[in-house]
Amino acid sequence: MTRLEVKRSMLASIVPGLASLGKKGLAGWLVVIGTLIVVSIVFMTLIAPWITPYDPSTRGINVGRPLTPPNPQFPFGTNDLGQDMLSRTIAGGSVMLQVAVLSVIICIIIGVPLGLFSSYVGGMLDRTTCLVMDSVYAFPGLILAIAIAATLGRGVVNMALSIAVVYVPSYFRVIRSQVLSIKETPYVEAAKSIGAKNRTILFKYILPNVVPSIVVVATVNFADAILTAAGLTFIGLGVEVDIPDWGWDLANGRRLLPSGVWWVITFPGIFIILLALGFTLVGEGLSELLNPKLAER
Amino acid sequence: MEKQLLAVEGLTVEYWARRGRVRAVDSVSFTLDRAETLGVVGESGSGKSTLGLSLIRLIPPPGRIIGGHLWLEGTDLLKLREEEMRNVRGRKIAFVFQDPMTSLNPVKKIGEHFVELIRTHEPKTGREEALRRAEKLLNDVGIQSERINDYPHQLSGGMRQRVMIALSIALNPSIVIADEPTTALDVIVQAKILDLLKNVQNVYAMALILITHDLSIALERCNKILVMYAGQMVEYASVENIYNKPQHPYTRGLLKSIPNIELAEQKLEAIPGSPPDLLNPPRGCRFWPRCPSSIGKCREREPQPVETEPGHFVRCFLHEVAGNESN
Repeated sequence: MTRLEVKRSMLASIVPGLASLGKKGLAGWLVVIGTLIVVSIVFMTLIAPWITPYDPSTRGINVGRPLTPPNPQFPFGTNDLGQDMLSRTIAGGSVMLQVAVLSVIICIIIGVPLGLFSSYVGGMLDRTTCLVMDSVYAFPGLILAIAIAATLGRGVVNMALSIAVVYVPSYFRVIRSQVLSIKETPYVEAAKSIGAKNRTILFKYILPNVVPSIVVVATVNFADAILTAAGLTFIGLGVEVDIPDWGWDLANGRRLLPSGVWWVITFPGIFIILLALGFTLVGEGLSELLNPKLAER
Repeated sequence: MEKQLLAVEGLTVEYWARRGRVRAVDSVSFTLDRAETLGVVGESGSGKSTLGLSLIRLIPPPGRIIGGHLWLEGTDLLKLREEEMRNVRGRKIAFVFQDPMTSLNPVKKIGEHFVELIRTHEPKTGREEALRRAEKLLNDVGIQSERINDYPHQLSGGMRQRVMIALSIALNPSIVIADEPTTALDVIVQAKILDLLKNVQNVYAMALILITHDLSIALERCNKILVMYAGQMVEYASVENIYNKPQHPYTRGLLKSIPNIELAEQKLEAIPGSPPDLLNPPRGCRFWPRCPSSIGKCREREPQPVETEPGHFVRCFLHEVAGNESN
């Protein structure tokens, strides 16, 4: 009891507002834990250049004997190129995080205005946009991302673009359905009755009321983007080999696993799962906190 | 044009539903002078809310105004372009909606509602000045000016309706349309809100159109009453005439169904039946199936409004002989 309280007050002193989240029950704690996981991994990635014991890029080849199992000098072992897996694990989130953030930003920039306008205007515009979005949605996400990434070529921006195309429909659908109900509310009607312009109604009355949904979709979408990014690098559509990346290590480690080399695939894998888990926890918690109706289902 | 503020002539509104056209407002005419109060009374579905919304041309689709004239100080509102109409809304004609709980934007502070309204119509007004005016308006409707920084959910239903009223008078419009402003509130708050409306009406010298299903409220607060039934105006007269000499059987029925504290013994009479389906209105007079005094031709032909004495219109064959045929 007291220990829990001490922990709570410590958390509260680190991040103001966390303590009040904890009072909101399970959902609040999900957000707290998820945020802590995500923030720790992001922080680790940011300070990676200063804390990695060896160079994680191709310049760090043969710092140890290839395929050394975990030992005090190389706690996570080394891979077949003799690179230190601890260093690669610490630095390997960078690409994935960049891709995820960029793709979510692209999704918001495209999906949100599209949903707003299409739903508010209605009619043929709405039907057409829905049709296009639904056909994108109907594709298996990963396959579509692979196809686009293969066409665009390697690189962070190209990965982000191909992932964004896959997830724009989720934003579109959520925003569209929200706008459909919000545009019928009395306060929108009241806004019309005082002579408000469509632009005002759209940006001052409807948009602020869909922001909670955007936040929820974006956080859940982060987790998906991370996994898709990992998938793309896994099959070699990600970044150049010399940039440390968990997805690349997964692909590399899968090759080595049959010969009993478990450490190359395990540690990057754990971090991918942790990161995706962190975002999922935040997303689920937030959707419950911000959208009580969703939680009842 | 003349001293009449608003003259509505033959306003007709239809909803083009999938199963057919519904004439929700059927050639309604009335006039409104400055600082006058008109009560629009009718059951649910009688078209009174549609009538209110059509006055500011905000009928939700599939509804549309298909005929008539809306003369506001000599201009026909139905001929204005949409942008011009926007300037009328809020500035000339303001609307107070039925449900105060959801008529304010939940993510905007009370003050911001005023800032936005004022700056929409007077772009040169600064934010600070708009907020100062908001404080004064809130004071006028009996809300402390500190509430300007509250969000709508921090106010009670009655307070929100006061805010809505303050918003409606912010630009000093000549007409305020209140669509069942007290239906969502409890009886005590109801009386206060109605007193407040009366008060601001006197202070700001506005005309008020009070839409209500409660004839007793209209009798108490209005100068003129327009009784609607199934989209049609059935009787339109001064309060005195409606109360003392009601002519349409429907108005008489409504009057009899008002409880009277002095006549405790009197049995309340209800009007039998329910309003007709407007997709398929009865032939002849729309009220005849429920009318206690219907005569043969009520089922055959539709009665037209006749003026039985100056300013007293009724749509009933029983009075056609007394007045001169208007068609």
